[in-house]
Amino acid sequence: MAVLVRLAGDVDLAEEAVQEAFAVAAERWPRDGTPPSPAGWLITTARNKLIDRNRREAGRAGRQAEALLLYAPGEAAEEGAVPDDRLRLIFTCCHPALGESARIALTLRLLGGLTTGEIARAFLVSEATVAQRVVRAKAKIKHAGIPYRVPSDADLPGRLGSVLAVIYLIFNEGYLSGSGDPVRDDLCAEAIRLGRLLAGLMPDEPEVLGLLALMLLIHSRRAARVTAGGSLVLLADQDRSLWDRDLIAEGQELVRRCLRRDRPGPYQIQAAINAVHSDAPTDWRQVVRLYDRHLALAPTPVVALHRAVAVAEVDGPSAALGLLDGLDLDGHHLFHAVRADLLRRLGRSVEAVAAYENALARTENPAEREVLRRRLAELRSPET
Amino acid sequence: MKNYLLSMYQPEGPAPGPEVMDGIMAEVGRLRGELREAGSWVFGDGLHDQATATVLRASGNEVVMTDGPFAEGKEHIGGIVVIRAADLDVALEWGRRYALATTLPVEVRPFAREDDG
Repeated sequence: MAVLVRLAGDVDLAEEAVQEAFAVAAERWPRDGTPPSPAGWLITTARNKLIDRNRREAGRAGRQAEALLLYAPGEAAEEGAVPDDRLRLIFTCCHPALGESARIALTLRLLGGLTTGEIARAFLVSEATVAQRVVRAKAKIKHAGIPYRVPSDADLPGRLGSVLAVIYLIFNEGYLSGSGDPVRDDLCAEAIRLGRLLAGLMPDEPEVLGLLALMLLIHSRRAARVTAGGSLVLLADQDRSLWDRDLIAEGQELVRRCLRRDRPGPYQIQAAINAVHSDAPTDWRQVVRLYDRHLALAPTPVVALHRAVAVAEVDGPSAALGLLDGLDLDGHHLFHAVRADLLRRLGRSVEAVAAYENALARTENPAEREVLRRRLAELRSPET
Repeated sequence: MKNYLLSMYQPEGPAPGPEVMDGIMAEVGRLRGELREAGSWVFGDGLHDQATATVLRASGNEVVMTDGPFAEGKEHIGGIVVIRAADLDVALEWGRRYALATTLPVEVRPFAREDDG
C-alpha cells in the first residue's frame, strides 16, 4: 500500500488499484496457483492498474504520472523499498496539520488495514463519522500538499512525537476500555504491531523502543488485569502467574537497550517503571526515583499524581497526601480515586467516602466504576 | 509547486505603538527578502483597518452595498502573503516564521490550482 501511495501520489487511487489487484488475485490464484512472491505480484498488478488508469487519462498530468510509474524500479528492488515507503506513510498519516482523530483513523485505515467499520466500533462512533474523517484527511493530504516524506533531522523530534502519540492513543483506547470487548483488545495488538513496525524502521530512536517496551509490559498483564466477569484487578492483587513472561522478557530487554543508549524520554521512563513492576516484589524506591526523572522531563500534574502513589508505598500515605495538595486535577477521576485511597488507609473514612464519590462522578468506564463502588461499599460497612 | 495563502489574524482595536511595530516591520521585511531570494514570493501586504472595508451583496440584479467588514468579529485579517512552495511542510515553515515575526495567528491555506511554473 505504501509503495503504491508513493507511485500514485494519491491515497484514493492507490487504494483503488490495490483493491483491483486483490480482485484479480482472488480470480487467478485459485486457478493458476499462488505466485512465488504474493506481495510483489500484488504490487506489480496494482501498479499496472495505475498505468492503465493513467493511459485512459489524456491530460498532461496523467502522462507525467505514467512516465514516473514506468520509470519505477522492478519488482525485486521495489520490495526492498517497502520499509522506507511505510515510514513515509506513517509520517504522512500522523502529520500535525491533521486533527488527532483524523490521524488515528488514517493510521488504522492505511497502516493497520482496519476497515472503517472496525475503527468505528473501536472508538464508539458511527461508521459514517469515521468514513468522513478519512475522506477529509485524504482530501487535505492531497489538496494542501502534505508530503510523503520522512521529516528532516531538525523537525524529526517533534514529528516523531506526533507518531508515537497516535500509536499510544490507539493502545490506550484498547487498554482503558477494560470491558474485555474483543474488538478493543485488538486495538492493543494493533498498536503493538505498529510499534514493532516503527521500531524496525527507526531502531536508533530510543523513544520508539521505549514506547514499544511500555506497550509490551502493560499488555503482558492483560490476562490478570480483568476477571472473567469483567472487573478490574489492581496491580497489587493480580495473579502474577497469568502474566505473559515472553512479553515481559521482550519489554525488559528493550528497556535495557534504552538504558545503554542513555538518551531518556517520557516513554522510556514509563517503560522502565513498568519493567520494575514486572519483577516481584516491586522495588518502590526505584519507582519513585524513576518518577522523579519523569517529572523532571514532563513536569505535569498527572505525572506528579502517579509519583505520589509510589511515594505512599515508600514513605506512607500521609506523606503522599501532602503531595496531592495544590495539584490542579479536580476534573480527573484518578486524582480523587488516589486521594480517597490514601484517606482510607489513614482511617479518615468520612473524607474517603466523599473522595470516592467525587471519583465516581468523573468516570464513565464501567470497570473503573465497579472498583470505586466496591471500595465505597467496604467503607460503609466497617465490619468487613 | 503550489500557491499558499498565509492570512494573519489581528485582534480588534488599535495597532501596537511604533516601539513594537518597528521591530515587527523590520522582521517581516527580512522574511519578504528571504522569500524573494528563495523564489517563493508571489504577493503580500498589510491591510488598512477593517472599518475601511465595504461589502457588496447581489440580490437579483441589484447589488446592495454595506459599510464595514463581511463578518464582525474579535479578530480580522490584518494582512496576507501569497507564497509558492513545494509542499505543505515548506509552506508551514514560512507560516511558522510569520507567526513568530508578527506574533499573530497565521492561517495557511492552499490555492485550488497547481502552479506549474
